[in-house]
Amino acid sequence: MSTVTGNRGLQLEEKLIFELNSPGMTAVDLPNPHEITNVESRLGNAARKNPIGLPGLSEPQVVRHYLRLSQKNFAIDGGLYPLGSCTMKHNPRLNEKMARLPGLADIHPLQPKSTVQGAFELMDMTAHWLKTLTGMPAIAMSPAAGAHGELCGLMSIRAALEARGDARSRVLVPESAHGTNPASAHMCGYQVETIPATDQGRVDLAALKGMLGDDVAAIMVTNPNTCGLFEDEIIEMTKAVHDIGGLVYCDGANFNAIVGRVRPGDLGIDAMHLNLHKTFSTPHGGGGPGAGPVVLSEALAAFAPLPYVVHGKDGFDLIEQADDAAEFSSDAKPYGRMKGFHGQFGVFVRALSYMLSMGSDGLRQASSDAVLNANYLMAKLSDLLTVSYDGPCMHEVLFDDRFLKDTDVTTLDFAKAMIDEGFHPMTMYFPLVVHGALLMEPTETEGKETLDEFVDVIRALAEKAQSGNTQDFKAAPRYTPRRRLDETKAARNPVLVWSPGRAPELQAAE
Amino acid sequence: MRYLPLTDDDRQEMLAAIGAPNIEALYKDVAQEVLLDKPVDLPTTKGEMEVEQIIAGLAAKNLGAGAAPFFLGAGNYSHHIPASADHLIQRSEFLTSYTPYQPEVSQGTLQALFEFQTQVAMITGMEVANASLYDGATGTAEAAMMACRVTRRNKVIISGGLHPHYSEVTATNAKFLDLKIVTNPADPEGLENSESLAAQIDDDTACVIVQNPSFFGQVRNHSQLAEACHEKGALLVVVVTEIVSLGAVMAPGDMGADIVAAEGQSIGNALNFGGPHVGLFAVREKHLRQMPGRLAGETEDIEGKRGWVLTLSTREQHIRREKATSNICTNSGLCALAFSIHMTLLGEAGFTRLAHLNHAKAIELADRLDALSGVDVINDTFFNEFTVRLSKPAADIVDRLAAQGILAGVPASRLYPGNDDLENLLILAVTETVTPSDMDRLIDALEGVL
Amino acid sequence: MATVKFTEEHEWISMDGDVGTVGISDYAQGQLGDVVYVEVREAGASFNKGEEAAVVESVKAASEVYAPVDGEIVEANKALEDNPAAVNTDAEGDGWFYKIKVTNVSDLDGLMDEAAYKAYVAELD
Repeated sequence: MSTVTGNRGLQLEEKLIFELNSPGMTAVDLPNPHEITNVESRLGNAARKNPIGLPGLSEPQVVRHYLRLSQKNFAIDGGLYPLGSCTMKHNPRLNEKMARLPGLADIHPLQPKSTVQGAFELMDMTAHWLKTLTGMPAIAMSPAAGAHGELCGLMSIRAALEARGDARSRVLVPESAHGTNPASAHMCGYQVETIPATDQGRVDLAALKGMLGDDVAAIMVTNPNTCGLFEDEIIEMTKAVHDIGGLVYCDGANFNAIVGRVRPGDLGIDAMHLNLHKTFSTPHGGGGPGAGPVVLSEALAAFAPLPYVVHGKDGFDLIEQADDAAEFSSDAKPYGRMKGFHGQFGVFVRALSYMLSMGSDGLRQASSDAVLNANYLMAKLSDLLTVSYDGPCMHEVLFDDRFLKDTDVTTLDFAKAMIDEGFHPMTMYFPLVVHGALLMEPTETEGKETLDEFVDVIRALAEKAQSGNTQDFKAAPRYTPRRRLDETKAARNPVLVWSPGRAPELQAAE
Repeated sequence: MRYLPLTDDDRQEMLAAIGAPNIEALYKDVAQEVLLDKPVDLPTTKGEMEVEQIIAGLAAKNLGAGAAPFFLGAGNYSHHIPASADHLIQRSEFLTSYTPYQPEVSQGTLQALFEFQTQVAMITGMEVANASLYDGATGTAEAAMMACRVTRRNKVIISGGLHPHYSEVTATNAKFLDLKIVTNPADPEGLENSESLAAQIDDDTACVIVQNPSFFGQVRNHSQLAEACHEKGALLVVVVTEIVSLGAVMAPGDMGADIVAAEGQSIGNALNFGGPHVGLFAVREKHLRQMPGRLAGETEDIEGKRGWVLTLSTREQHIRREKATSNICTNSGLCALAFSIHMTLLGEAGFTRLAHLNHAKAIELADRLDALSGVDVINDTFFNEFTVRLSKPAADIVDRLAAQGILAGVPASRLYPGNDDLENLLILAVTETVTPSDMDRLIDALEGVL
Repeated sequence: MATVKFTEEHEWISMDGDVGTVGISDYAQGQLGDVVYVEVREAGASFNKGEEAAVVESVKAASEVYAPVDGEIVEANKALEDNPAAVNTDAEGDGWFYKIKVTNVSDLDGLMDEAAYKAYVAELD
């Protein structure tokens, strides 16, 4: 059924801001600069001559525009968001309130150090919590996200190996790894090789040992891994790598399963990033910002990048230059700088607010509940869906598409049908090691009622698919602001910016 | 614990359904000797009120920009953020959603990103822009690496006007790759010109990186440099740390830039002690395939309605792995949204007026400072930030003024320690937030200490 | 009529004198799905057999296309820039990627003829 407007009740169509333009309009009332001072420009021969083309809107129009856009998004605040490997847990609003305190939001990174002692103390406190939870002696706080942390960790490894006289050439990465792992290793100048997996979904230790040699700089292992399993031979693995003089990088994306239960430092890990926007509840914000501090072992501590906070003689100090680092500690050899200023401070505030709220007991309970919730899904679904590897799992459970065999329903169709039922789909087609992967991570912030409801829906959909009713799957989603979108068209003829003269009617006719 | 909905009864019931005697049974793959039997040695759970008290206590130890006459810039600027912008980004559907991989339930984020990309392309005068990078510094490093891929060359020339953090991040990224970085000495007076930079371009040079306005505030028209680069087969990368400048200054695209790497914090985002910020990244369309980062693109759904998806993903790490254009995954989505909302609120009229207001206030302060004895403005041009040479070391003066509750600017020595020529240089930014009485207090205090 | 040879990586090469026209097989395009972009090195680029000479992309995958023989590219198929769909509709005709001047025509001896390739593909399914 169609409507005159294309709207469907509360679901409203919304134009682009460029199509709402009232030339000359602004929603920000500013004093006229010419009333303040009437002097000649100091822009030399570089003054702007051409108009920019930005649209003009009033404040109510702007508020309405973005409110309508927001209503087209699924969000963790609104429902279960079981994206495996993404840890979509509740984002406490206390964190937001804390990050907006003027004494934290409204300070400049290059103010005199005496005027920002509280900020350094907050960074130091956050670092202390993260080091204690991971059992690691040092930390680099500045990386901006997980992938940036990987690069930071690998650079620390490379710097440490170079200091020993040989940077080595190979980095070994399991086939189930996140794509960021090989990409980061490549950016660090290493040749990437793939470690095969066992039929138990874990790193093949024997194969790994066969690949090791004195040209191996590091392995990058994800633990718990992307199949949602704890690498049960991790200690043997790290020992084997250390025996040949290599180092061990751990992708900490799945740390949420083991916080307060296992310390990576006890497993022989040399470097691991922490996704504060996963494990430590800071919001994903539709794709960031995140933060990816990297904890470092004794072997790497001296190579941590600049800057970092230290306890100086007059309170907290910030080491910003290599000379200062060497003066503070004679063995410090920072390899460089990852980011402008001092890291994702606003994200640190949120993560600290979360950690203080949870406490050591709450964090341990959270990881236990996350693991319990995932195992509960496995128990309730494994007779109908096909579990890829036997449990127990960690904080996420991996199914593959064998249960859809001969139904003509694909993993993608199944996911889109979940959307119509009001659930965000799980991660699909990742990890690559199983066919048609469905990776579900409920997180600890879902209650039993929600999980039971989710289980009922998944079971009903699986039965529907197996009963031969494929039409609803192929047509899904039907109740969303847009139905399936043509990604081929988007990629073959990329339209990445709006341009004047391209009215929507014209585009539809193309 | 208020964030955990399971009750003890739920837990027992669920363990029974799983067939596990206790939670420890679910950790059976962990070797016993490394499994902790009690919480780690950190404080236990706290209520909201207690957490607020602790963090507010830390905040109270800092002197905020709003609590003092404030003149710091150097890549991080204090601007007024409209109330509606910060309100809208806290809508649950923006704040608590993931990267828009499921387009049917992410049209809000995707459309906002498409609008953001368009705004960034317009402001920088470029053809396409991505959906954001971490910040201006990492964006500059990405620009250098991208220029090397495009030209299949490996040498990068960095102007002495580039923010030292940006140079350091670029050098760090290049450190373990086969790239050669040539960094020119600090150039406060703006003596570098198109001839002196062009003379450094050789057959291996992938790009020249300049910042405009420069770190010291000098404004230049880089059109001739762009031509010189192109004649020698190199690209021109223009970095902008104060995006508000582009409301009054010629766009890099109009000067012939091939890549623009900018910091977008000034619009919509608080100082945040240096992060999170938002990297703006725009390029010529012909180089699109070598661009790092996500892109939202227009398409239609099966009913023919206009919609948006993430596109050209084959450049990215989750598909291309070690052959990707970058390892970036999570970027600065919410900061980009804040930028876009604030920019929409401003519009053409508001953005250009904001820029001229900043420029006018900076002129006023520069002229007043220049009239003081012991203070010389060294810029021949500037936008809202300029450098003065004091008769005494700038860091000492800044500390003495901080003791009086005035945040006077960034001493160049903070970023160039040990460089005697720069010891007396102070870099001051003047935004719309600076009041006449802020200027009076700065002038009075400087007269007292110089 | 020119002879067409195939590689195990699903490229075809059709010889005319010492110049071979190279593309991916119809079977390969079927496996890739909708082709959205083809990147070919420009004329003048030279390769050894087995080196990456082009990249073909679908929405969710990027595949390297390796040079089946040693040689130098003499022409890239510019039409694919605007119409990558030609790889799907006519993989072994209009969807060609590049023409290569072959260094050693004897390099082709090791490749499969059409019948052998068909049998090879049948084994894969």
